[in-house]
Amino acid sequence: MSATTVLAPEPVEAGLSPWTDAWQRLRRNRLAVFGAGMLAVLAVACLLGPLLLHLSYEDQDLALGATAPSARHWLGTDTLGRDLLVRILYGGRISLGVALCATLVALGIGVLYGAVAGYAGGRLDGFMMRVVDIIYALPFTVFVILLTVFFGRNIVLLFVAIGAVEWLTMARIVRAQVQALRKMEFIEAARSLGFGSRRIILHHMIPNVLGPVIVYTTLTIPAVMLLEAALSFLGLGVQPPMSSWGTLIKDGAEKMEEYWWLLVFPGALFSLTLFSLNFLGDGLRDALDVRSARD
Amino acid sequence: MLRFVVRRLLQLIPVVFIIVTLTFFMLRAAPGGPFTAEKAVSPEVLRNLEAHYGLDQPVWKQYLTYLGHLARGDLGPSYKYTNRTINEIIAGKLPTSLELGGLALGIALLVGLPLGVLAAVKRNTWIDYLCSICGLVGICVPPFVLGPLLALVFGIYLHWFDVSGWEYAGDRVLPSVTLGFAYAAYLMRLARSGMLEVLHLDFIRTARAKGAGEARLVFHHALRGGLLPVVSYLGPAIAGLLTGSFILETVFQIPGLGREFVTSASNRDYTLVLGLVVLYTVFIVVMNLVVDVVQVWLNPRLRFE
Repeated sequence: MSATTVLAPEPVEAGLSPWTDAWQRLRRNRLAVFGAGMLAVLAVACLLGPLLLHLSYEDQDLALGATAPSARHWLGTDTLGRDLLVRILYGGRISLGVALCATLVALGIGVLYGAVAGYAGGRLDGFMMRVVDIIYALPFTVFVILLTVFFGRNIVLLFVAIGAVEWLTMARIVRAQVQALRKMEFIEAARSLGFGSRRIILHHMIPNVLGPVIVYTTLTIPAVMLLEAALSFLGLGVQPPMSSWGTLIKDGAEKMEEYWWLLVFPGALFSLTLFSLNFLGDGLRDALDVRSARD
Repeated sequence: MLRFVVRRLLQLIPVVFIIVTLTFFMLRAAPGGPFTAEKAVSPEVLRNLEAHYGLDQPVWKQYLTYLGHLARGDLGPSYKYTNRTINEIIAGKLPTSLELGGLALGIALLVGLPLGVLAAVKRNTWIDYLCSICGLVGICVPPFVLGPLLALVFGIYLHWFDVSGWEYAGDRVLPSVTLGFAYAAYLMRLARSGMLEVLHLDFIRTARAKGAGEARLVFHHALRGGLLPVVSYLGPAIAGLLTGSFILETVFQIPGLGREFVTSASNRDYTLVLGLVVLYTVFIVVMNLVVDVVQVWLNPRLRFE
């Protein structure tokens, strides 16, 4: 690592693009690098692991029943004799998949809403942000619960509902950024040089909004995972025979008196994932020098 | 200030109106009804039941009737608990949930704030690192993992506490610690970073130069500004406690409103769902108002507007 960072004595003329600079700062943040590595390992394991283990998440061995971790079943088996490791890896697919999709929904709504409000300014902006304030103050998890209860427990609806709740902060961040950018001198300079708004938006606005959006997206994923797991824990999220980490934790919590591993392993892996995502997000925030969203 | 409070309370009316309308029509648009789940209800009985509760009337009429009752503070009868009104159910179960939330918030404030301030003052010492680790655990181990784990260790292995119910003082320990811990960790992080920011400012240096002791510096000069981020987080935190209560009341089988909300939604007990949504909305708006007032009190640069 040190071989690449010895750039300092070079003549300053060369200069670093902001992205290269951010990348180098990120690489020096050990926790963030650990988080990114951990996530990569988890993602690969969830995608490829089940293929290599030759077991399906529904393969039962009722005669075997629940067994503690052993050489054959590394993390033990559940009461139906299903291999816990395989179930966790399959659950990871669902949990990570729902988290990604819901985050994309939140990202789409938030960026669009925030950009329109910030760019329009004036009364429209005032009205749009007032709406966000009001929604912010409401018990919106309550609505997610109602939605999932009433309109079937289907997985597409689940992530649309979660995404529809989590977009608010993104909208606020994008709006603030766009509004600040509009008044910046380099935008004015670009305009006075005769560049069209297409070029200004593509070359000057978007790259500058991207930083906060990337950071906040990384931090939204764990929030979404938490919400999905909480819903699944209440029995309102992912339904059997599919399982997410939330449902595995729920099952584990019900049977923990006799079979501790059913709770401990899914819980630990879930926590590890949250940990990795949060640290990658914090690292990105420091690297891209984004001011805290909460103020 | 009085004008500010009154105006904010008046805003509550349109907010509740919008929420009630949304929820009401969402409930009616969903498939199934409060009596569809019951087995062997003959068509006549069903019709009588619906007539009794006014469910046979057109939806808009039901809606207007509901609004009329709501304006008088009557949340209507429950469809599932026969002979009980929503007001009675709420009166019976709200204290439990309030107690859980209050205890959790108390733990969060009593543990999180002092530790955060301490960590900022003793920056880069073992105290600071220990606090960071606790903060980390609080963020990465959500209540629905921590709760069962605590129940496993302290309830089942050590037999210190019961793992379910809400009868004895001991029953309150595990749920409120679980719920409070997550927020304690977060408040600690906020208090630490808020204090660090303030402790770098010029007026602190001036005070130190004038010979103010370390304790006076922290408590008299820095605390008020350093705790601002904590106060602005309290609004979302209180909303979060509410969601947390859904989970913890399920984990520890506490007879509170949170669990009631989840079951009533599954049972399609329309009036109970609506009543609880109204209650939650009013509660959160009022708590946000309190938080705003405290914020202006702490930071005179903000004005009531």
